[in-house]
Amino acid sequence: MRTDAPAPAPGASGSGPGLGRIGVVTFPGSLDDRDAARAVRLAGGEPVALWHREKDIRQVDAVVLPGGFSYGDYLRCGAIARFSPVMQTVIEQARIGMPVLGICNGFQVLCESHLLPGALTRNDHLHFICRDQRLRIENANTPWTVDYEQGQEITVPIKNNEGGYVAAERTLDALEAEGRIVLRYAGSNPNGSRRDIAGITNEAGNVVGLMPHPEHAVEELTGPTTEGLGFFTSVLKSLVAAS
Amino acid sequence: MPRVVVDVMLKPEILDPQGQAVQRALPRLGFEGITDVRQGKRFELEVEGPVDDAALARIREMAETFLANTVIEDFTVRVAEQPAAGPSADAGAVA
Repeated sequence: MRTDAPAPAPGASGSGPGLGRIGVVTFPGSLDDRDAARAVRLAGGEPVALWHREKDIRQVDAVVLPGGFSYGDYLRCGAIARFSPVMQTVIEQARIGMPVLGICNGFQVLCESHLLPGALTRNDHLHFICRDQRLRIENANTPWTVDYEQGQEITVPIKNNEGGYVAAERTLDALEAEGRIVLRYAGSNPNGSRRDIAGITNEAGNVVGLMPHPEHAVEELTGPTTEGLGFFTSVLKSLVAAS
Repeated sequence: MPRVVVDVMLKPEILDPQGQAVQRALPRLGFEGITDVRQGKRFELEVEGPVDDAALARIREMAETFLANTVIEDFTVRVAEQPAAGPSADAGAVA
């Protein structure tokens, strides 16, 4: 399922100058890789399928780690995926500035990879939760959020069983002080995440992890809103700005 | 084959909703007097060759990098008691 030239997106010219190559990793157990690729295409980018067993990330400009249950979530969510060949390259590239977005299981993989601090634990109420969630953009300066306004509220789906964000108090304080909380739950906290954290970024700002699923809110037909598309248009805009 | 046991537990300050659910169920089932339950994971590793200091050091490294997420979990490593052998050699707790 790896194609060098994905079909151009409907509505996207497919030939414009700002066309970014965005890798989407498929691990065994990934569920949302197709949705993430479609979101990239709808945003005007070129999705590139990346396979977990290959170190080669095919000269992509950014990488999305999609939701799902990488390697079945055996041991812990994201714990085995973190050691996959593709992640060795992603970790290396992320450390030198490549934009990386981890969504849900992808966020868990980023925490297990130590690209992001803290960990995701079992929801405090022990139930799997699946609903449309209101969120507040707390940092509109990352490559994944520049198309949003600081303080803007958006609604996108969440669906997780282990979405409770935890970290040491001093880490949480540092995240707040350094503006590294990217997204907070607005309205009610769905899973007991500390300080209502729904998404964070690393010190450099290029790596972002989120529990909610913006890739499921990119089309009116299939999402509650299209407010998730901004994550994907943001990275394309940032890549153009950086080039 | 010698066996090494790695026990992994959530750190005390991390909420353990599974343990709490078990604790809440106990009185309903007629088991009184339990004031707290924490649920963890136990790995039993069968080791090729002798369980010497080097082998234990490797297992501790394995526990630290893979079996436990030390952001939220503590672990202990110990040699399992062999049947008809002496008392287990406790390799000591590593946090």
